Amino acid sequence: MNLLLRRLLGMIPTLAGVVIATFILTRLIPGDPAVFFTSNPTADAATVQAIREKLGLAEPLWKQFFIYVGQLLHGDLGNSITTGQPVARDMLRLLPASAELTFVAFALAVGIALPLGIAAALRPGSFVDHVSRLVSTAGVSLPTFVSGLLLIYFLYYLAGWAPEPIGRLDPFAIAPPTVTGFLLVDTLAAGDGAGFVSALRQLVLPSVTMAIFALAPLARMTRASMLGVLHSDFIRTARANGLGWRKIVFTYALRNAMLPIVTTLGLVFSYMLGANVLVERVFAWPGVGSYALNALLSLDYAPVQGFMLVMAAIFVLVNLLVDIAYTLLDPRAALLHHA
Amino acid sequence: MRERLALARYVLTENPVNLAALLLLAILLFSALLGPALVPYDPLATNTAIALNPPSAAHWFGTDQLGRDIFSRVVVATRIDLAIAFGAVLLSLSIGAMIGAAMGYFGGMLDRVGGRIVDVLMAFPLFALAMGVVAALGNSVSSVVYATAVINLPFYVRLARAEVSVRRGLGYVEAARIGGSSNLRILRVFLLPNILPTLVVQASVNLGWAVLNAAGLSFIGLGVRAPTPEWGIMVAEGAQFILSGRWWLAAFPGAALMLAVFCFNLLGDGLRDIVDPRSRT
Repeated sequence: MNLLLRRLLGMIPTLAGVVIATFILTRLIPGDPAVFFTSNPTADAATVQAIREKLGLAEPLWKQFFIYVGQLLHGDLGNSITTGQPVARDMLRLLPASAELTFVAFALAVGIALPLGIAAALRPGSFVDHVSRLVSTAGVSLPTFVSGLLLIYFLYYLAGWAPEPIGRLDPFAIAPPTVTGFLLVDTLAAGDGAGFVSALRQLVLPSVTMAIFALAPLARMTRASMLGVLHSDFIRTARANGLGWRKIVFTYALRNAMLPIVTTLGLVFSYMLGANVLVERVFAWPGVGSYALNALLSLDYAPVQGFMLVMAAIFVLVNLLVDIAYTLLDPRAALLHHA
Repeated sequence: MRERLALARYVLTENPVNLAALLLLAILLFSALLGPALVPYDPLATNTAIALNPPSAAHWFGTDQLGRDIFSRVVVATRIDLAIAFGAVLLSLSIGAMIGAAMGYFGGMLDRVGGRIVDVLMAFPLFALAMGVVAALGNSVSSVVYATAVINLPFYVRLARAEVSVRRGLGYVEAARIGGSSNLRILRVFLLPNILPTLVVQASVNLGWAVLNAAGLSFIGLGVRAPTPEWGIMVAEGAQFILSGRWWLAAFPGAALMLAVFCFNLLGDGLRDIVDPRSRT
């Protein structure tokens, strides 16, 4: 518990840095948002000045920063100029769409990569090993936006198995009452079987696209880490003592091989948070990624700021989870860090 | 040196994949250098009479919505895509090595502050950070180079710092210090050349990412603008025609992109085998 508290405190400087970095980056954005906000490039100087004051842009930079931090502490991420809504409300509305996609893709990647990597490590040089190597090398080389388009071409246009890539729900389906925002959960909660199937069908291609890229480094790291552990003396001893292979592989080897795998899991998750933007664009997925992108392209910086902050905050939390997983898997890790 | 060459030959002959990657690199560099002079059509010349034609003998990769020859555009795009990736990696390698080496060598306040800044950079999902940097610096090709350099910077800083802090207490550094070398000279003459191989391996692995990142940014409409031929933007333009089954607009630039990334990833692995045979996976 003490450890958890220390880790939580350790997050604060990083989060503060994230806030400063986001503030600096978004204040550098070229183009005067006040001019954009009047939506009239010929607006006279007095109007622009009035809007600058209204938006707080006339204050000195350090003062703007403190106002900004004060707003953040109230959960206020500013207002989006394009949607006219508070960014925090927009993000809350759109986050479940991105989260659902990311979680499903992540589960898919882990579910394929770990067994594949373990199987490859158990029989190096075998057919499974070659498949694993092919998948992991080809997977990292395929840009998500290209593999997504290829999947659309083959599975939607040619085969007709997949639905049209136009968002989370069939346009003719009725959206379930929003409880969690996760359509898979909401449709089930509403007892809407057809809606569940429809949401699932829309989810398949984008999540597979994301999983293809994510599973490559995972499979590779699992294989390498398992290979290293399987060659160590304690595995030989366990085998000599006549333990079953199931116990040797899963209880002894896998647990010891887990540390680098967990690190890679964190990295992969971070990558997926960013890659959301690309996948959401390919599949017209109404998530935070497309929201931030649209705002960025129209010089509306509050949503971009909010997007970067929320993504960084999620990632810092994921790192915390990775750290905790470390100490659960290997109590020595906690001691080494704080010796 | 001779040992290294022998090892290089061994790595190349033992694993034919490395040889294939080297060949692929040669093709890429050839198209980047001479491509624009050799392609059959002007990559910008439009001719709506032959718009959206599938691949044929005259147009190997077909034509796009404005009747431009896709083969010529894919080949010509090699130069800008590779230039962005090489520029970004070179930038983050040189700056990251200097910062990291100084942090590892001098330690103290510099190390703590630098470490914090690196932590903050690493706290952002890479692609989101890249988007933010492009947004801040303005929507241009040089911003994409800087953005790609910034997101790769932490890796070089950490690597250089770790490598230098291992070596700073070694005998030859002590000897140089006793011999009257200044800190700057020790860093420049003794430490940086020693850590260079490790950094170069990291760079070759990073090249693949850099290509992916740059193309990803232009795919979402940042950086390179139409009508400049560039793989990411060509895939983005071709994406709308996928739904009507005109696959060739997006598939060929996508394949070129994939081959380039594939080539750099394989080369990175091969190079690591040469420099650090122990870390082979």
